[in-house]
Amino acid sequence: MELTGAQALIKSLEHEGVETIFGLPGGAILPVYDPIRDSSIRHVLVRHEQGAGHMAEGYALATGKPGVAIVTSGPGATNIVTPIANAYMDSTPLVVITGQVASASIGTDAFQECDITGITMGITKHNFLITSAEEIPRVVAAAFHIATTGRPGPVLIDFPKDIAQSKMEWWYPESIDELDLPGYKPEIVLDLSSIEAAVALISEAERPVLYVGGGTLKSDATAQLVAFAERTKMPVVTTLMARGAFPDSHPQHLGMPGMHGTYTAVTAIQKSDLLISLGARFDDRVTGKISAFAAGAKIIHVDIDPAEFNKVKPATVSVRSDIATALEAFDAAKAISKNLDPWWEMLNGWREQYPLVYAPTDDPALLRPQEIIEAIAASAKPGTIVSSGVGQHQMWTSQFWKFDEPRTWINSGGAGTMGFGVPAAIGAKAARPDVDVWCIDGDGCFQMTAQELVTATSEGFPIKVAILNNAYLGMVRQWQEMFYEERFSEVFLDADLPDYVKWAESMGAVGLRARTIEEMHDAIRQANEIHDRSVVIDFRTPASEMVFPMVAAGASNDDIMVHPLQEVKN
Amino acid sequence: MAPEPFLGDVDRSPVTHHILSVLVENKAGVLARIAGLFARRGFNIYSLAVAPSEGQARFSRVTIVVDAESAPIEQIVGQLNKLINVVAITDLAPKDALERELLLASVVTNSENRAQILGLVESFNASIVDVDARSLTLMLAGTPRACDELEKSLEVFAEVELHRTGRVALPRLTKTEEN
Repeated sequence: MELTGAQALIKSLEHEGVETIFGLPGGAILPVYDPIRDSSIRHVLVRHEQGAGHMAEGYALATGKPGVAIVTSGPGATNIVTPIANAYMDSTPLVVITGQVASASIGTDAFQECDITGITMGITKHNFLITSAEEIPRVVAAAFHIATTGRPGPVLIDFPKDIAQSKMEWWYPESIDELDLPGYKPEIVLDLSSIEAAVALISEAERPVLYVGGGTLKSDATAQLVAFAERTKMPVVTTLMARGAFPDSHPQHLGMPGMHGTYTAVTAIQKSDLLISLGARFDDRVTGKISAFAAGAKIIHVDIDPAEFNKVKPATVSVRSDIATALEAFDAAKAISKNLDPWWEMLNGWREQYPLVYAPTDDPALLRPQEIIEAIAASAKPGTIVSSGVGQHQMWTSQFWKFDEPRTWINSGGAGTMGFGVPAAIGAKAARPDVDVWCIDGDGCFQMTAQELVTATSEGFPIKVAILNNAYLGMVRQWQEMFYEERFSEVFLDADLPDYVKWAESMGAVGLRARTIEEMHDAIRQANEIHDRSVVIDFRTPASEMVFPMVAAGASNDDIMVHPLQEVKN
Repeated sequence: MAPEPFLGDVDRSPVTHHILSVLVENKAGVLARIAGLFARRGFNIYSLAVAPSEGQARFSRVTIVVDAESAPIEQIVGQLNKLINVVAITDLAPKDALERELLLASVVTNSENRAQILGLVESFNASIVDVDARSLTLMLAGTPRACDELEKSLEVFAEVELHRTGRVALPRLTKTEEN
């Protein structure tokens, strides 16, 4: 069967089981858009290429399947660089296809030419420049194989226009042996001696902590984690990337560690004598000052990527494995912990003394951002997916939403990409039309990518957006208040500009506004009753509200600042 | 700021460098991937040599001398291994490696220095590979240290054009202290 390169590309995506792609056409990718008309694949037309990338990420995070985006060359390609970088930081499987100028024009500064493989070399797991139509099936199969195996990540395929228009005889690789990847061997043979060494450390520990990272979700290891934690009675903390990997309602869950983690999660790690890292990477937002991080702890570092071992913190024992397999191996090796009652006594004492709190308002009619999140969470159906942008609202959502299921928390961790929330929520809704999807957003974030609500309306992906509108770039404002003597510089945004209700309505969504507790409950109730359109609620919140607990950048986690309400008065 | 480069080999800097012999797919952009990785992770390359490998058009051999003080060698190898086009990495510590390098130098000669240059060629076991009326080109294939010393010896001459290849290495067949 003779196909054009464009047809071969789309047929290859069908072979990989792709159901939805997010994209926006342009000159160089134009030939590929013709066979899309005849394909079983649903194409979602975005309004900006960054939206396509974040939607693909939301799709991937909600399902575990690779997200796929397709854009044109030059500015189309550079507009999707941010989502690619974001996916790389969070190890999210993506396949991004960029159009490229015709092969003969590459290197001539042709119209809409840019060296996207060069630009993305450091932010992709791998990238390809297609050089002949015959290799399209092999490259597409290789891209999906690389994106989804081992430590997942984004893979980019750059696709010159002339190759899309040239002819090839259709074939498709039948096994990974045909992918021509002699340097890629993601299979792992578990080193049982490392498991034995880890089990020995577990049996001696008096103050162990399970430090659960995003790799636990990638490995679908929730069931193994719950079983292991319950059998060993060890306390659990879940990082920002792992929220939902272990139920928040579980009594052994201490919350999130790190800069805005719970006092108990942060302090448990600091005082631990054994830290068991499961698919986490000792990010600086978790560790604070690294020399003071878990200074008395031995470390068992379990990761699928051996380059993470000893990168930040030397491991006592490193176990190269995916998390589910490692936890099963710990079980098979009969890992038993000591009597941890004295440890739990300490932990429970901290939990009692320093729960997550926020100050009641002076005026009961005014709204606190934390109570908005709690009210939405309380009214949400089980399994509701929540996305967020980046900043204060993200930290409050991570703190005050109670996650009880994996893949219900969609957020930008490593890269900290403002504007992630709305398009990621749309991508999640495209993947899971059966569940409600809320985006808890900030007013600053919302303004970066809100235009994708047009996509949500036109494509029929209704989401619910709660803007915590404090009229500021809130996290920057918080740092300026705390560390720059309240010299607020370029952080005021104006609560009424834009008019979020009118803006929402102009994009085909329902716009609501809430200033009081009564209006808040009313707006949330209305939002939960609307299923055929997106809803945007402009919640007015005080700018003075700050995220606590907090560890200042570069400070030791021992110096965690609790909420002013909890400070011990001397 | 670049750290002070180490000069010479085993005797002068016993542990600060490693030789990574990296087998890569012979594909466009592979060298950029390696160089880019070193740049963005802050690893230092001291010398680099690239050539098609073992008669196979499909692979190339990249010999990278790295300054193991810029990052732990485990990190450098671990990150390099993640490049999809990297097929195999052999990490050689200096004591286990047989290192060789090629030096070419053209020197403007005259009646006064000619004998001195020929003396250097003889004492270094170098060879003369090109000659004309007013200059000669000599070649030394030897240890990096020998190349260092010949280079230093040639500094006294007024007009010298000198190129070195960067080193290649193989594991020693026998572990001895002798070079």
